[in-house]
Formats: sequence, structure tokens, C-alpha cells
Amino acid sequence: MHMSDGLLNATTSMLFIGVAVVGVAIAAARARGDLDDRTAPMAGLVAAFVFAAQMINFPVLPGVSGHLLGGALAAILVGPWVGALCVSIVLVVQALVFADGGLTALGANVTNMALIGTAAGFLVALALKRVAARGRGGLVAVAFVAALVNTVVASLGFVLEFAIGGDTAFPVSGVAGTVVGVHVLIGVGEGVITALTVGAVAAVRPDLVYLLRGAAKPLELRTGVVA
Amino acid sequence: MRKPWFFLGFLLAALVIAGAVSYLADSNPDGLDHATMQGCQVVDDQLTGSCIAKNAEDHRLAEGPLADYTVGGSDGSTGLAGVLGVGITLVVAGGLFWVLRKRSVTT
Repeated sequence: MHMSDGLLNATTSMLFIGVAVVGVAIAAARARGDLDDRTAPMAGLVAAFVFAAQMINFPVLPGVSGHLLGGALAAILVGPWVGALCVSIVLVVQALVFADGGLTALGANVTNMALIGTAAGFLVALALKRVAARGRGGLVAVAFVAALVNTVVASLGFVLEFAIGGDTAFPVSGVAGTVVGVHVLIGVGEGVITALTVGAVAAVRPDLVYLLRGAAKPLELRTGVVA
Repeated sequence: MRKPWFFLGFLLAALVIAGAVSYLADSNPDGLDHATMQGCQVVDDQLTGSCIAKNAEDHRLAEGPLADYTVGGSDGSTGLAGVLGVGITLVVAGGLFWVLRKRSVTT
């Protein structure tokens, strides 16, 4: 879902660079509270994993592919603020090192995939936290739904940006229909990958799943004598 | 001591995906490119017709050493480029998160 330069006019590109800078700054400020000696390495690995997974385009229609965005995946594992930073870092590395996603479009790409996609996915996961806490099946189902919503909402970000500053020769409604329709299908793939990944982490290290924090009832070691 | 094993396993998964599974990736345009290419045909790698994607500019860093997930543009180097990308992302993200983290207070 990486936009090249030139799809949005200069003013709109600058506007969303501003949105992205403010959003990432807020995320960085809030992320501090979720990062410690244990979660910081995990968060670095989540970013690396999202980079890897984004390389895998899977077919969704004849001649059309899609790839993971990773916002919901990252937010469920390391929290929404750190998760937004993970996806932002991936997008910056892709744009600067791999020539994937335009430089002036970077603000819009970060806004869509790292900020609003992640926010939407995490809000869905948060709303369904009680289902997720019921067991691994519940967590996997919540991860699927959150990731699907994440993809579709991220694609709506593009529609919004195109409506503000896209080529007016092309009606927004037509673009919107194609973009959102295809991203429902891509969202199913995103949901499957996210569910598998979150499920695998939860099977081995449920303590590293941010969404489960405070939800599970950990076994207590009672060594004292109850009076 | 199971902690390092989980982290190593997670890293290994990322390396295998970027280094090997990446060769299986579908090279068709993704959903956004597909939508912006509506109205155009691709003839000899050139867009003909009328579509949004015609406004797309070449990437300003298209001559970079790892551009388009290749090493120096050579065919078949996607896996190596992917492994390098995982490493770069891990160093940048891990470094940033390590600096941002709350220092554990020793009492």
C-alpha cells in the first residue's frame, strides 16, 4: 500500500508529513511507558518481523496482490504506541533504503499504515479484550478481526488523501470503491497472518502479548501462611 | 533460560521469511497500485492509457544499493536484500526502543 511520489499534490503531501510527524512524536512520548528491559528487545524484533512479512505479497485476485501492513499485529504484541513506531520505522527504512514508497509520500504512508491503521486495529482489539482473554482461540479470533479492520481503515486513509489532494481528473468514488474492495480481501490475508503470529507468540510467551496484560489471572505463588 | 530462545526463534522466523519465503512473493501490483492503474495497460513495462498511476514519479533513491529489494540491482538477490533489511530494521528499531525504555530502578 506504499504510495509513490506524485499521486498527491505537494500541499497535501506536506500536510500529511505534518500529521505523521505529530503522530509519531505523540507515539514516541507515550511509548516510553510501555518499554522496559524486557519489552524493548521484543519491540525491535516485532519491527524486524513486520519488515520481513511486508515483503511477502500474496495473491488476492487475478493479477492483484497484497501484503501485511502489520499495525494490528504490532499493537497487539507491543501496544499501540510502540506498535505505531514499529510500522513507522519499517516504512522509513523501506523508503530510504529500498526505494519503496515515495519520499514526499512518506508522511501519507506513515499516516495510513502506521497511525490510523494501527489505531483502528488496536481499538478493535481493545473493545474485544474480554474475548481475547478467554483463551488462545479467543485471542486468535480477535487478532484476525483487528487486522482486517486495520487494513481496510488504512486504505480509507488513502481515499481521504486522494480526495484532498489527488488528481481531480479521476472521481474519488470510483477510486474509493476499488481501493476499499480490494483491501477487504487483503485484510483477510492480514487477518490470517496476524492471527497465526499472535497465536504462536501467545503459545510460547503469553506474558509478551501486550493485549493480555492485566487480563489473564496469573498463577500466584503463595508462600505465606494464611492467617 | 528460555527467554533468549524465544527471541532467537522470532528473529530466525523474520530472517527465513525475508531471506527465503520472499522468493515466493506475488509480483503482481498490490491493491493500491491495482486501483491507481485502472484505465491503463502495461505494455513493455510502460503504462499506456489514462490512470492515476501515470502521475507516479520515479523514486528519488531508485539508484540506491538496495533499491527494489535487490543488492545492486542483481537478479536473485532479493533474499540477501531482505536479510539485510531485517538487520537494519532490528538495529534501528531495537536501538530506538532501547534508548526510549524506562530504566529499571535498582533498589
